[in-house]
Amino acid sequence: MARRQSPRRTLLITIVAWTIGLLMFFPIFWTAVAAFKSESDAYSLPQTVLSTPWTFENFGIVQDRSDYFRYVFNTTVIVVLSTLLGLMFAIPAAWSMAFAPTAQSRSSLSGRQWLAIIFSGLVICFLGLYFTDWKPSNALVGFALLLIFVVPGSLWAWSQNTSGTLLWMLSTKMMPPAGALIPIYLIFNRNGLVFKDWGWINLSDYNLIDSFWGMVPLMTLLNLPIIIWMLFTYFKEIPVGILEAARMDGASLWNELFRVLTPMALPGIASTCLLNIILAWNEAFWSLNLTNKYAAPLSFFISEYSSPEGQFWAKLSAASIMAIAPILVIGWFSQKQLVRGLTFGAVK
Amino acid sequence: MGGLPRWHILSGIMATRQAQVLGRWALAPAVTVLAAWSFVPLALTIYFAFLRYNLQDPDNTGWAGFSNFYYFFKDPYFVKDLINTVLLVAGTIVTTVVGGTLLALLLDQPFWGRGIVRLLMISPFFVLPTVSALVWKNLIMHPVFGLFAGIQRFFGSHEPLDWFGRLPLFSVGIVVSWQWLPYAALILLTALQSLDEEQKDASAMDGAGPLSYFRYIVLPHLARPITVVILIETIFLLNTFAEIKVGGIGGIAGNLTYLVFSQLNDATDVGMAAAGGLVAVVLANVVSAFLVRLVGKNLEA
Amino acid sequence: MGSITLKNVRKAFGDTVIIPGLDLAIADGEFVVFVGPSGCGKSTLLRLIAGLEDVTSGTISIDGEDVTEAAPAKRGLSMVFQSYALYPHMSVYNNIAFPLKMAKMDKAAIDAKVQTAAATLNLTQYLQRRPGQLSGGQRQRVAIGRAIVRNPRAFLFDEPLSNLDAALRVGMRLEIGELHHKLGTTMVYVTHDQVEAMTLADKIVVLNAGVIEQVGSPLELYKSPANQFVAGFIGSPKMNFVTGAPAVNRNAATIGVRPEHIKISKDTGEWAGTVGVAEHLGSDTFLHVNAAALGTLTVRAEGEVSVSYGDRVFLTPDLNRIHRFDANGVVIR
Repeated sequence: MARRQSPRRTLLITIVAWTIGLLMFFPIFWTAVAAFKSESDAYSLPQTVLSTPWTFENFGIVQDRSDYFRYVFNTTVIVVLSTLLGLMFAIPAAWSMAFAPTAQSRSSLSGRQWLAIIFSGLVICFLGLYFTDWKPSNALVGFALLLIFVVPGSLWAWSQNTSGTLLWMLSTKMMPPAGALIPIYLIFNRNGLVFKDWGWINLSDYNLIDSFWGMVPLMTLLNLPIIIWMLFTYFKEIPVGILEAARMDGASLWNELFRVLTPMALPGIASTCLLNIILAWNEAFWSLNLTNKYAAPLSFFISEYSSPEGQFWAKLSAASIMAIAPILVIGWFSQKQLVRGLTFGAVK
Repeated sequence: MGGLPRWHILSGIMATRQAQVLGRWALAPAVTVLAAWSFVPLALTIYFAFLRYNLQDPDNTGWAGFSNFYYFFKDPYFVKDLINTVLLVAGTIVTTVVGGTLLALLLDQPFWGRGIVRLLMISPFFVLPTVSALVWKNLIMHPVFGLFAGIQRFFGSHEPLDWFGRLPLFSVGIVVSWQWLPYAALILLTALQSLDEEQKDASAMDGAGPLSYFRYIVLPHLARPITVVILIETIFLLNTFAEIKVGGIGGIAGNLTYLVFSQLNDATDVGMAAAGGLVAVVLANVVSAFLVRLVGKNLEA
Repeated sequence: MGSITLKNVRKAFGDTVIIPGLDLAIADGEFVVFVGPSGCGKSTLLRLIAGLEDVTSGTISIDGEDVTEAAPAKRGLSMVFQSYALYPHMSVYNNIAFPLKMAKMDKAAIDAKVQTAAATLNLTQYLQRRPGQLSGGQRQRVAIGRAIVRNPRAFLFDEPLSNLDAALRVGMRLEIGELHHKLGTTMVYVTHDQVEAMTLADKIVVLNAGVIEQVGSPLELYKSPANQFVAGFIGSPKMNFVTGAPAVNRNAATIGVRPEHIKISKDTGEWAGTVGVAEHLGSDTFLHVNAAALGTLTVRAEGEVSVSYGDRVFLTPDLNRIHRFDANGVVIR
């Protein structure tokens, strides 16, 4: 931006831009101010910015009342582990799509085989229902559904050409969680569809609700399409010749991925991780519905303060600031990289 | 896309059988888990949608036919919440894209303290949805203690507006737009900054004023990033939940996501909730079929 | 150790045929250059040999062993890429050591090999630098270093000099020639520059549209090109082609005469023309003579020639060095 412009114009733009910037930031600032007020000041009218003495007591009270640090710990565990797990799936997938794309969809099954799979699923379904007096048994129907939907579905997704796979992955992100909530809840739940006494094996002591074992994979799946897509756009920028050189040099796929590609794409991988951390940190739907105590993240922590009875706004503000401060600081330090990643390759 | 795609020769990819096989296997884990993630719940949801299945009423079982759908569609909330969903998504996207473009044009000018204004601007994007709902509802839009109420009183009003009570959908729209405006603005700003300065000079030489420069040079350049902004925002906005639940407006201005949640949580009716979930899936797929195709075109360009 | 044989090798991308079917034998220790205009399939051919592309049909064997289906690393070949393809995140030392590490060689042996290679290529003082901190020529040497430490059966070079400036190119050309004499390893070299081909090769393979036009030593190609394409491609400035009466008189559709095989005189000669642009190089003078119906002919005269723009001159071709071509462009012997 070496373009010269009159100082008056610069001044005008400066004033407008700062006004908008401050307005955008104001709710956060206002919350921060309220967090340092005593509870009685927070309710006094009119509201003032520089009120009576500032106090840190709200933060202490919030910690004592809700054990803030446990939620920070839970969030960190979920965010970090889901990001790492996501990368393990996403790096090979993005490599494959960026450097060894498939030009044409090759169905791995013939049309007749497709029909056979779906038909046998229907037949099993019918027989099962027949022998159980038309009373659906979950296990049976689940197995039939697996045959009718999941196996052909996976094979179909796998046999797409690369842009097809990429778009399909994106479309899984379009799936409303409301549509998946019930099955996931029933699959995760003790005495649900999976964790029950099957007779030959007793799984009724297990449970994925409110547990890291449930939340981490869930969060990974939730953000995997975005991670893959973002990595794909970064990998696309790396000259394929270098990977070919590695191949000539005798590098195995593992070495090619993790000793050549990954270090070269490190900035891109870093901003992908950042986005994933922010998305996972701010995830609310599943966190609110599937956790309540042991694995509850900060989304849940803050929703505890939304109960209408007994509003303590200074404490609510303190809790809010505590919940967003870590991610805000991380975001500020890395926003340049992050924004570039967020364009998903739409800006060259 | 038959035959050889253009990018094959242009970008030099690994086209050996060996690379293709490796590529397939490298892709397999991600595809398998995503397929499981998208097909297993879907299959189960379809199954449940045809069952009588209420957690409070374990004896009432068996096939329900289409009655779950019938009652879901007859639910007075359904049409309302469907309209709310569309209004919220469309309204927020229009607001953020238009506002984001204007903001991006502003921030693209030189001024003092750009770095800091950028930081201030992007901050709302990092705020937890639950937090922003709480903060806006209680500290800013509260009819007694909120900032807006204070401003209204300053101007002499005795009965300040109860935003979340009187204008629930609009209020949630403001909150959500506040969260997503930085995203749109910064993406579009990045796009603007990638615009070749010489094009501006050339168009000025050709006698184009600022408006025609914007119309013929800037806007076409922003088409791709705007598509991406719309796609990403649609993905997240269709599923707006925390703002509605925490904002406490589910009963008066919920969306489909909230309706399904309340069928499960309040009415404990799995069958109905599944039918509702399916409706949401179908709706999302209609939108995504359109959007994904739009983005797909961009991907190949 | 390092003979390469291609048998009926065919390569097509979908319906686009790049190489319609080709046989070639490269002897051990030979320096073979693939030359041809851009898009002639020479790089694809090299990549087929390297294993970076699959052949559509046909076989490739190295030292008699069929490697058509073998992975690139298993073929025992080293490649120097046009863009060098150095690993930007590794030091020069690690770049050169990478193939040895992949071969799980022990540290001491790796170090010895890297040091030797670095000494040969004058890279010793740059070993700790990153590729980004090196000049184009140095990067090129690192790429070569990475290729030689593996003791490959053959080296493959894919237009290695095209990213260098003119002066450096001449120097690197000499170094590569030197390297070939020192190592005695088979080298396959792809270029579009016929000067590089002429100076480096033991054997030149001229390719056009995926078809071998001629194989031979540089001087064979120069002296007796098999067809009009090779005749026009090899030699600088390009051979003059003349059709019409002078060709018909010699029972040919076209005759070709190299600029250096035409005598120029102010008084008498076979063809008359007017001098156009004259390029004075000092040692030689290139005259572009407008010879009416014959078109513009290029003449190469030794030293300085005192003619100027618009002068009328006479040209006489060296009778023993006229190449005759039939209507299909094939040479008539």
